[in-house]
Amino acid sequence: MFRTAVRNLLAHKARLLMTMLAVLLGVAFVAGTLVFTDTVGNAYKQQSLTSLNHVSVQAEPPFDQKIGEPGTVGKDTLRSLRRLPGVASVTGIIEGFTAVAGKDGDPIGVKHSTMGGNYFPQDDGKDNRHPLTAGRAPSGPDEVLMDTSTADQGGYRLGDTVRLAVDGPVLHKKLVGLVRTDDTAASGATLVLFDDATAQKLFLDPGQYGGVTLEADRGTSEERLAAETRDLLPKDFDVSTGTQLREQERSDAADSATGLSQVLTVFAAIALFVGIFVIGNTFTMLVTQRSREMALMRAVGADRRQVTRSVLIEAALLGLCAGAAGFVLGIGVAVGIRQLFGATGSGFPDGPLIVSPRTVLVSFLVGVVVTMLAAYVPARRAAAVPPVAAMSAIHTPPPVRSLRRRNAIGVALLAIGVLGVLYTVSRGEEGRTTVFYPAALLLIGIIVMTPMLSGPAISLAGPLLRRFGVPGTLAPRNARRNPRRTASTASALMIGLSLVTGLTVVAVSTTASLHRGAENSVRADFEISAKNFDHLPASAHASLEKSAAVTSSSPQRETTVRTGDTEVDLTGVDPRTIGGLLDPSFVSGSLADLSAGGGKNLLIDTRTADLEGWSAGQRIPVVYENGDRDTLRIGGIYHDDEFLPSTMMPVATLQPHLKEIKDTSVLVRTKAGDGDDVRRSLERTLDRNPLVQVRNVDDLAEAAGGEAVTLLLNVLYALLAMAVVIAVLGVVNTLAMSVHERTREIGMLRAVGLQPEQAKLMIRLESLLISLFGAVLGIGAGVFLGWAAGRFVTDSIRDYEMVIPWGRIAVALVGAALVGVLAGLWPARRAARLNVLTALKAD
Amino acid sequence: MHAHQPPSAPESYAAHTTDLTKVYGTGDTRVVALDAVTVGFGKGRFTAIMGPSGSGKSTLMHCMAGLDSPSFGSVRLGDTEIASLNDRQLTRLRRDRVGFVFQAFNLLPTLSALENITLPMDIAGRKPERAWLESIIRTVGLADRLGHRPAQLSGGQQQRVAVARALAGRPDIVFADEPTGNLDSRSGAEILEFLRGSASSLGQTVVMVTHDPVAASYADRVVFLADGRIVDELHAPTAEAVLERMGRLTPAHA
Repeated sequence: MFRTAVRNLLAHKARLLMTMLAVLLGVAFVAGTLVFTDTVGNAYKQQSLTSLNHVSVQAEPPFDQKIGEPGTVGKDTLRSLRRLPGVASVTGIIEGFTAVAGKDGDPIGVKHSTMGGNYFPQDDGKDNRHPLTAGRAPSGPDEVLMDTSTADQGGYRLGDTVRLAVDGPVLHKKLVGLVRTDDTAASGATLVLFDDATAQKLFLDPGQYGGVTLEADRGTSEERLAAETRDLLPKDFDVSTGTQLREQERSDAADSATGLSQVLTVFAAIALFVGIFVIGNTFTMLVTQRSREMALMRAVGADRRQVTRSVLIEAALLGLCAGAAGFVLGIGVAVGIRQLFGATGSGFPDGPLIVSPRTVLVSFLVGVVVTMLAAYVPARRAAAVPPVAAMSAIHTPPPVRSLRRRNAIGVALLAIGVLGVLYTVSRGEEGRTTVFYPAALLLIGIIVMTPMLSGPAISLAGPLLRRFGVPGTLAPRNARRNPRRTASTASALMIGLSLVTGLTVVAVSTTASLHRGAENSVRADFEISAKNFDHLPASAHASLEKSAAVTSSSPQRETTVRTGDTEVDLTGVDPRTIGGLLDPSFVSGSLADLSAGGGKNLLIDTRTADLEGWSAGQRIPVVYENGDRDTLRIGGIYHDDEFLPSTMMPVATLQPHLKEIKDTSVLVRTKAGDGDDVRRSLERTLDRNPLVQVRNVDDLAEAAGGEAVTLLLNVLYALLAMAVVIAVLGVVNTLAMSVHERTREIGMLRAVGLQPEQAKLMIRLESLLISLFGAVLGIGAGVFLGWAAGRFVTDSIRDYEMVIPWGRIAVALVGAALVGVLAGLWPARRAARLNVLTALKAD
Repeated sequence: MHAHQPPSAPESYAAHTTDLTKVYGTGDTRVVALDAVTVGFGKGRFTAIMGPSGSGKSTLMHCMAGLDSPSFGSVRLGDTEIASLNDRQLTRLRRDRVGFVFQAFNLLPTLSALENITLPMDIAGRKPERAWLESIIRTVGLADRLGHRPAQLSGGQQQRVAVARALAGRPDIVFADEPTGNLDSRSGAEILEFLRGSASSLGQTVVMVTHDPVAASYADRVVFLADGRIVDELHAPTAEAVLERMGRLTPAHA
């Protein structure tokens, strides 16, 4: 049996190649996922270890509840720690947000990961965290260091003046040296280092550090040093050893890599699932074609089990080859995935590709198991061929089994699936975690029903195709000839497209809802705020107000007041202008109430009202940050919304009680709208401060989630592309098989006068029909699933409304049509090139 | 023998070959399938081509039907020289001027009987002549089977559909390749009657390749081929006469 299996494999090389590709791509995805996970995990480990090289013990002060900021460590504490026995060095750590502009004036670095810190020289004048690669250490308030990748990004060289901002106005500093760091290169972050005193002044207070690390002498254990440190420092300090930190880093890295690899594994599984259809289809066709051969084997004495086994051995061999090839390709896929995620800004540290024995083993196992699984049913059918079939003169394919039972099962599954989805949706939040199961059932139901659906669906296209003449008449009939085959070919495409459509519906609806929300609530042309979501430089509002481009403006000035036992953030706005800048939807009251009530009217959003239990008209005693007391009245309540402050009151009322001006943002209306020119002019007004961002309504919506959703969607598209590619292979395969099976028919058609390009057209139209059928099914299912998933988004995004992305659906349909035409190219050419005489003699 | 005489009145031939030669392969594998065959097939006549396996009878038919191209010599269908036509022109010629009946019926399973009958005209985008079509269908006795698919028809009925398909477009010539090979003798006899009738009463030229003396006896004339050459000819044959001629041929080539 083994030899027969090998011979058969070799005899059908071209056809099997397509099947193998389907398995191979699935395996490549799995192998790629594993290699990627190992590689990233390892890179994280390596990276973490480098940055903790000189750390034996780390101590961090507790969070200061009084001022609501992280605590600090004084210079004296560092001095006492240095005197502990067994300490080689002590490093005071200062870190904070620092925005940097490039030489051309535009900010560089990815948001949130633009860091600044201190250069902490040891006795030898060097900071062992940041080895200098060029220049010298900074000294004095006007000098800075950068890491090499930051300097590259900004186009800076030693001696240049760097524009940066920490939390106030633009600072100009001279670049005196470059350091090497591992952290920033891959992720597009930036790092700027100041001398110790300057860093303290910018980020904390003079003589203070955010934390401290100690390096032990050779001969002193980390544990002993940690114990001594604990004794010396107040009890609430968090002291950990270098080993603990490294382990923590390692497990964090492992966690993040695991999370990602789980997601990737899901997509690999989808690709393999789609692959099973393609493989199963091919084996069914191979077995059908060879039914006479199988019958002959049975006639000369092979029993059923032997025939089945022979087909399964073929499948195993094929799976083995596909596993090997898939494994090799998987290494390439891993590199691709890394680049894909790198491109989204969530950069991963560099490191060597890690190919573990596990990856090799899993690749082969997946290849073999998946292929054999897919070939099992066809193998069983092969064995069912009666031996007498070998004797019949005319090749007769095995009788088509009734679809009645299959249809009944399909309808049942679909019904349960739809009802299940509707039920989970109706349960709201609770259903979120369980909706996956009925959704999967629904998709499987559709897959089972596809043969039944294929007939009527394809017939619908009949009238449209009639204008193509005989090829147009024959194409839909041929597509309907083997409903099972057409169905599994279309199903492969359907799975990928339903997921793509479902995700697109949710993503597009989310983005559209956010944009609608932003447009409804914000009437200002621009919102100016700080990139670190802290405060604008104090002078920002005044500068903007004076700008000729600005017609009206209001700050959103923040302060915290105490009322009873709780603290509430109050936002001061300008009552004269706010009506033209924000448009909250009020439950009671209006923006006009800000100007009434002698400036003591406070407007709150529904969330604050719920949280504090306040109602309209209620009087609230407050204590301002400078200790002054006052009584405010709830003048109105509006629906809460991520684009609106949670409270509003006249800024003039707050002003006398503030210690300093803290504007979270300034809203402006301009003469010339919200275009890029205006944006640039506003940026210039603010000295092109790299800390400041000037955003219009669209930017706000994007920042509120639109951007992240779009990014995520693109990554998912890239991952699902694999499933679609496999499905396309399935279409090619099916058509190649169909052409092969119908060789004699095509020969006859050619004999009675069908031109080669008409034969080509006939096959292409069939391919087009199958692809579009799969696409329509997938898009239909996807829209339903997208609608269902959207029900769960409603809870987190107010005003969520489903948007059917007609444009993208059209693109998907055109794409499917293109896929159909492309997949039909090669089989169609084969059909057209058939030699009429040879074809007529084929059986 | 008349076969070696030059045709006296070429215009009375529906198909006519001059020195038709077909060679397959080169060197050691070189096979001469047809060796300078000159033969004519009269209009409105039913001719059978007979010969042992490998005699070249199928090749002769394929070359005349525009399915295969001659290596040398001329093939005329009416007054069209087809040896010089390209594939596209040959395809059109087959579509518009030639009818085929195959041994294995070769109907399209997805088309109904009627659709199969009109297939060549549908390919050409021509409307069938109603009266003619109806008379053909009546003749082959398929009027009540027109909506059936080939799978719902018996072998004899399928071949009757194939004959109707060949005749429906009023081709210049119908080629039948072992049309009774897959049929029982009664269905076979029916098909042969149709073919003979189409020649005698409708004036249709029919050329049939067969190895069955009984089938050949339905023809007006039998042409015998051996080793790629025309070796004999028989007019108004009987099965016995054909068998006797074949017997004379066979021992020499056994």
